[in-house]
Amino acid sequence: MSDAPILEASGLHLRFGSVAALDEVALRVWPGEVVAILGESGSGKTSLLRVLSGTVAPDAGEVFYRDAAGVLVPVHVAGEAALRRLARTEWGFVHQNPRDGLRLGVSAGGNVGERLMAVGARHYGGIRAAAAEWLRRVEIDPARMDDLPRDFSGGMQQRLQIARTLVTRPRLVFMDEPTGGLDVSVQARLLDLIRALVADLGLAVLLVTHDIAVARLLAHRLVVMRRGRVVEHGLTDRVLDDPQHEYTQLLVSSVLAA
Amino acid sequence: MSAAPEVASGGTLAGYNFAYLDEDTKRMIRRALLKAVAVPGHQVPFGSREMPLPYGWGTGGIQVTASVIGPDDTLKVIDQGADDTTNAVSIRRFFARVAGVATTERTADATVIQTRHRIPETPLREGQILVYQVPMPEPLFRLEPRVAETRRLHALGDYGLMHVKLYEDIARRGEVEISYNYPVMVNGRYLMSPSPIPAFDNPKMDRMPALQLFGAGREKRIYAVPPYTSVRSLDFEDHPFRPGRADASCALCGSRETYLDEVVTDDRGGRRFLCSDTDYCAERRADR
Ligand SMILES: Nc1ncnc2c1ncn2[C@@H]1O[C@H](COP(=O)(O)OP(=O)(O)OP(=O)(O)O)[C@@H](O)[C@H]1O
Ligand SMILES: [Mg+2]
Repeated sequence: MSDAPILEASGLHLRFGSVAALDEVALRVWPGEVVAILGESGSGKTSLLRVLSGTVAPDAGEVFYRDAAGVLVPVHVAGEAALRRLARTEWGFVHQNPRDGLRLGVSAGGNVGERLMAVGARHYGGIRAAAAEWLRRVEIDPARMDDLPRDFSGGMQQRLQIARTLVTRPRLVFMDEPTGGLDVSVQARLLDLIRALVADLGLAVLLVTHDIAVARLLAHRLVVMRRGRVVEHGLTDRVLDDPQHEYTQLLVSSVLAA
Repeated sequence: MSAAPEVASGGTLAGYNFAYLDEDTKRMIRRALLKAVAVPGHQVPFGSREMPLPYGWGTGGIQVTASVIGPDDTLKVIDQGADDTTNAVSIRRFFARVAGVATTERTADATVIQTRHRIPETPLREGQILVYQVPMPEPLFRLEPRVAETRRLHALGDYGLMHVKLYEDIARRGEVEISYNYPVMVNGRYLMSPSPIPAFDNPKMDRMPALQLFGAGREKRIYAVPPYTSVRSLDFEDHPFRPGRADASCALCGSRETYLDEVVTDDRGGRRFLCSDTDYCAERRADR
């Protein structure tokens, strides 16, 4: 991990009417690091991810992204064109529902190839070879390359979404409950796959989850949220094995009791 | 009515402004045209007027022609390559009446050519203007139905979606299955619909010495390709664009290079191929 953060946010506030979805939130992510945002339903995890990725503007606060060239990009000031360029080159998004991240009417190969074509790939054979390679990496038989993802199982769709996201080797990936909609056995396999790929590619990941087991398996660091505030943060093992805040203690013990 | 229409001193119909449209409307359209020429391939909105023709009959092209034509111009109008179809004849007559301009069927003699679905076979030259009638100006409309989103994609030059469509065609059927309205990149910047001309005609648009103007009446859009502008048909390096053409020769002039229409000749399945460009075909025969 290098010494300059890839993402840096401070003083974030976001209100929905009387609800404070984010209340004075600050966060840093370093290159190659997996940070999990943990908290119960309604604690502000998705809101934080949306603000960090520029999808939703905060009422107050700043978010900076350090791009591949080392330039500090003010995410909410950079403008739509710059953000879209980042979204299709240096960033990736894995949605909880693969339908939000895939084109269901486009073949599996086309889904993976789209990001390559969006950044200028114009060799059909090369695009297909890269797509086949990535389908293999996410354990989808390349023979299914020309099939529509609409006919895939939920787990396969999610793996295809991951292949499509990672094919251009983004530097920072935002994931919101990537295993949320899946059966437990399918979840475990997908988590192993994500862990291997993330380590292999050295990606920085911001992962939203309400599942402590997911956080423990994938994350280097944890940020625990409650009612829009960060109540505790630190290395995953430290936070989960020796929680300081009483809310974190409650979260951890409810799992132990389960 | 039996009485012949009254003719004003300039040779045009009395009661109409020159070329039918009022001068304010023409000025508005010319402003849109200037912007379109300045940003090649970019769709410019304009306040399309009601014309004495239904949409689909070239109201966009007619408004563009009306705004650029002058009394000294010579107009040619073609529909699917032919000068003698109902649509071409009525548009030509319309301008002969309301602008009093000379008309011709010869590509080389025309200064303004309004067209639907073809580019003439005779190469166009500097000083000529080719006006296309456009039913749907948005090249992404089948792929992205949200108009605001297509505008955003154009603004950002984000055309991965169009390449996905070409990729899918090749993956499913071994080749790109677009024979008309084959999408082009203009000046390396804007994705543009060339209107429903055959893909065969696409290469003629590239670095054409004539000015190319496009009018879509119903969709209220104007766009343009200035002379000598690069126009590239989208493709892949290993699946290059191939302009399609029936593998036959014209039954009248014998050409093996022109774009051919297949014509049914009798009710027993007889058919033959003819040049779709009637002027070009006639000239070839006259030269023999
Ligand atoms: N668009 C919105 N309009 C109104 N309130 C919203 C909106 N989005 C979020 N909220 C509120 O903000 C708070 C934080 O919501 P958020 O979706 O960030 O929580 P979360 O931690 O992602 O929850 P979950 O685990 O259920 O996905 C909640 O009280 C939620 O009801
Ligand atoms: Mg959420």
